Amino acid sequence: MLLSFAACLYFPWWSIAIVAFIVAALIPQGAGKSFFTGFLALFLLWGGLSFWISNNNDHILAHKVSLLILKIDSPYLLMLATALIGGVVAGFAAMTGSFLRKKKVTSPSY
Amino acid sequence: MRVIPFIIFAFITVSLIVILNSRILLSAPLGRLLSPQHGVWQNAEPVNENFTADLSFPQLAGKVNVYLDERLVPHIFTEQENDAYFVQGYLHAKFRLWQMELQTLSAAGRASEVIGDVALNHDREFRRLGMVYAAESSLKEMENDPDTKSECDNYTAGVNAYIESLTESSLPLEYKLIGYKPEKWSNLKSALFLKYMSFDLAGHDDDFEMTNAKNYFSKEDFAKLFPVIQDSVDPIIPKGTVYQKPKVQVTKPPTSDSLYFNQEPISITERKPDKDNGSNNWAVSGKKTQSGSPILCNDPHLGLNLPSLWYEMQISTPTSNAYGVSFPGSPGIIIGFNDSCAFGFTNGGRDVRDYYEIKFKDDSRKEYWFNNKWKKTEFRFETIKIKGKPDFIDTVAYTVFGPVMYDKNFSGNRTVNNKNYAVRWKAHDPSNELKIFYLLDHAKNYADYSAAVINLHTPGQNCVFACKNGDIAIKTQGEFPAKWTGQGDFVMPGIDSSYMWQAMIPMDETPFQYNPERNFVSSANQRPADSTYPYYLGRNYPPYRGIYINRRLNAMNNITADDMKNLQTDNYDVFAEMAMPVFLKNMKQNELNAEQKKYFDLLRTWDFRNNINSKGATVFYFAWKNFDSVVWHDEYAKAPKVIMKPYESTLLEGVLKDSTFKFLDDITTPQKETLADDVTSSFKKAVVELSMLDAQGKLEWVKFKDTKVTHLTKLDALSRMHLPIGGGTHCINAAKHDHGPSWRMIVSLTPETEAWGVYPGGQSGNPGSKYYDNFIDTWVAGKYYTIWVMKQSEEKDAKVKWKMTFSKS
Repeated sequence: MLLSFAACLYFPWWSIAIVAFIVAALIPQGAGKSFFTGFLALFLLWGGLSFWISNNNDHILAHKVSLLILKIDSPYLLMLATALIGGVVAGFAAMTGSFLRKKKVTSPSY
Repeated sequence: MRVIPFIIFAFITVSLIVILNSRILLSAPLGRLLSPQHGVWQNAEPVNENFTADLSFPQLAGKVNVYLDERLVPHIFTEQENDAYFVQGYLHAKFRLWQMELQTLSAAGRASEVIGDVALNHDREFRRLGMVYAAESSLKEMENDPDTKSECDNYTAGVNAYIESLTESSLPLEYKLIGYKPEKWSNLKSALFLKYMSFDLAGHDDDFEMTNAKNYFSKEDFAKLFPVIQDSVDPIIPKGTVYQKPKVQVTKPPTSDSLYFNQEPISITERKPDKDNGSNNWAVSGKKTQSGSPILCNDPHLGLNLPSLWYEMQISTPTSNAYGVSFPGSPGIIIGFNDSCAFGFTNGGRDVRDYYEIKFKDDSRKEYWFNNKWKKTEFRFETIKIKGKPDFIDTVAYTVFGPVMYDKNFSGNRTVNNKNYAVRWKAHDPSNELKIFYLLDHAKNYADYSAAVINLHTPGQNCVFACKNGDIAIKTQGEFPAKWTGQGDFVMPGIDSSYMWQAMIPMDETPFQYNPERNFVSSANQRPADSTYPYYLGRNYPPYRGIYINRRLNAMNNITADDMKNLQTDNYDVFAEMAMPVFLKNMKQNELNAEQKKYFDLLRTWDFRNNINSKGATVFYFAWKNFDSVVWHDEYAKAPKVIMKPYESTLLEGVLKDSTFKFLDDITTPQKETLADDVTSSFKKAVVELSMLDAQGKLEWVKFKDTKVTHLTKLDALSRMHLPIGGGTHCINAAKHDHGPSWRMIVSLTPETEAWGVYPGGQSGNPGSKYYDNFIDTWVAGKYYTIWVMKQSEEKDAKVKWKMTFSKS
């Protein structure tokens, strides 16, 4: 999570995928678990960051942008969308990373 | 490594990123936009944002201190004149970059680069009108003047210093939403911005509409429908003023009276600036004020946009201390005051855009017939870049008149474009409009004001002035062509020089007033002078606001700033007052049913005030609208689509003067309709519309008018809608649906200047900032901010919230 935050200070937003990919490749975990941890990490990071920013802004921007993008005036829905996007991208990247290792670690599902 | 799942999920991940980073499947690159560290969240400015900063730039000559007050108005203090413009450019860019660039891109006919080929027609129209050509010739003039050049150079450097500091995350919101990046600023862009204002204020003409009207109506009818002067007009320079014998004599071509009848109508539809672009300004002398010092007031009426056209600031240099509003995009204070005097503007509204029909030798457009021989055209190649499409190259032929705007390549929405029209526009002529603002910001007295305003050529403005020594003045300034009566009201033949503009009116013959006996000067876009002024002034001037302003100022004495605030936000509709007797005297009340009577009572008891809760204002609006349409619909039933309609003053004065006004009769019916017939039948029609409105709960003026201040993209989410403000077209408070007083200013020239101001916007252009629209509610309520003219010694004042320092690196 911290790595993703640091990476985004210097690199494009999709560096979260690379970070999740590398982390998942290094830490032995099953594919499903990798997805879940990647998803959770970025869901919390992006959700938390957007909440913190928006809260400091009295949600002025979130009201407008949610209306613009989601067609609903709901700052929290915009934060949820943000968190989901971060989570899903990181989750898939982490899952991809987990396949880089030689074999399954645990695999009741496979 | 498990190859197959790896490949599958790598593909899914990469696809997901590509989709979320682009507009391939989604309407917006949601990943990039919503990334909290890159996207729109970064534009969510903390409500307690700290604007304090220490910056250094090699371009600066000395130190600059900028104190930002609680409204985010910067007070700039510099040791070097030029540094002020660098910092002004920097601040304009910091708070308003996106609008500055958008407006100049639009002016340059480059909107297609950003929004694609939907803007191609706009871009071509602006290129063919010669906007870039005009800006280039202005720029040459501006750069020939050492003061203006260094002002512009420093301003440009300041804008660019800010642009260079931008990162992906700090880009203004609109760049992220639309998906492009700002380019470098240049002096040409400032010139383009000023041409944009010229288009807005001096780009109006009705030549095609008038030509068709002259062609369609008989000579007698035409003269009645389009009178050269209104009876009711109270000109800016009062009636009875004596004008000297004109220095310039113009000759009217002998064919001009017979020329326009029995021709094919021209179906060109032009892009026009808003016809409501206008303003009020006035100054009263100390003899009429409680303090004994003059008071100057100005409120320019323009499209109501966010971010606002205006940016408020104070610029204090070793040679001047100016406060007022500036144009993001151009250096200097535009409407404001300094330690000695105050200045403001209303639009002059003269017709300085005329069309000439050009006869080309052949389709190549290389030669045109002029003064009995074929003359070579010059071609200007306009390359229009289009987002996602190949470039479009428009070849525009230039003649002695100017660019041929409409020809076989550009129809102007005609179905048959067999004729060619060149445009002669005064804004094409070289001039340095920035000079007037530079000089006014530094002006100390009437002589300085006079020397400043003569630099204003286009757009012509009524420049009001007041000074601490007690002087007040107004000048209907501009460089205007000396026209014979009717010249340029219609399309003119371009086969020889006989219809060309023959000379400009000498600057010392522009009507003006200096310390008049009535102890006030005023303008509200009405006719500058009465019919004794020796040059033709055109016919398109709204008379009503001016009548009311002069009536009030004549009656007022012992004036305070509060009186002026009340006057500037006055909702009284003098047009309605003058028109009401037509309805009251002529309504056949016995023919009205109960519902119609109810609305007639609302009309009858209305106090002529367009106040927010007024139902009478709405009833009057529909009563007049329907009366106008009942009177004219038959005359216009078979008219060409592009045609001039009479002004409302023509109809009102027509029926007031003559209750058997010829056009009252519906020519499609056997019987002869009278004024009473038209008034009654039109009111019945109005009631149908009004009861529908009432059913929707929109009978109150504020709900019907529904004022809004819209973001430049027209996106509702970034706009302020449904604002509870009164006023209207004919009121001093000219707040209409999306147009109105864009800056209200009152300056009392007491020894220590006192001033008040408000504009419908906020200092920040960022929709994610609390300073984006925080002035709007004050503006809506008709309230003002007390302007603080800061002194350098007041650095520790509680009103200073943040300090930015700019120093030489």
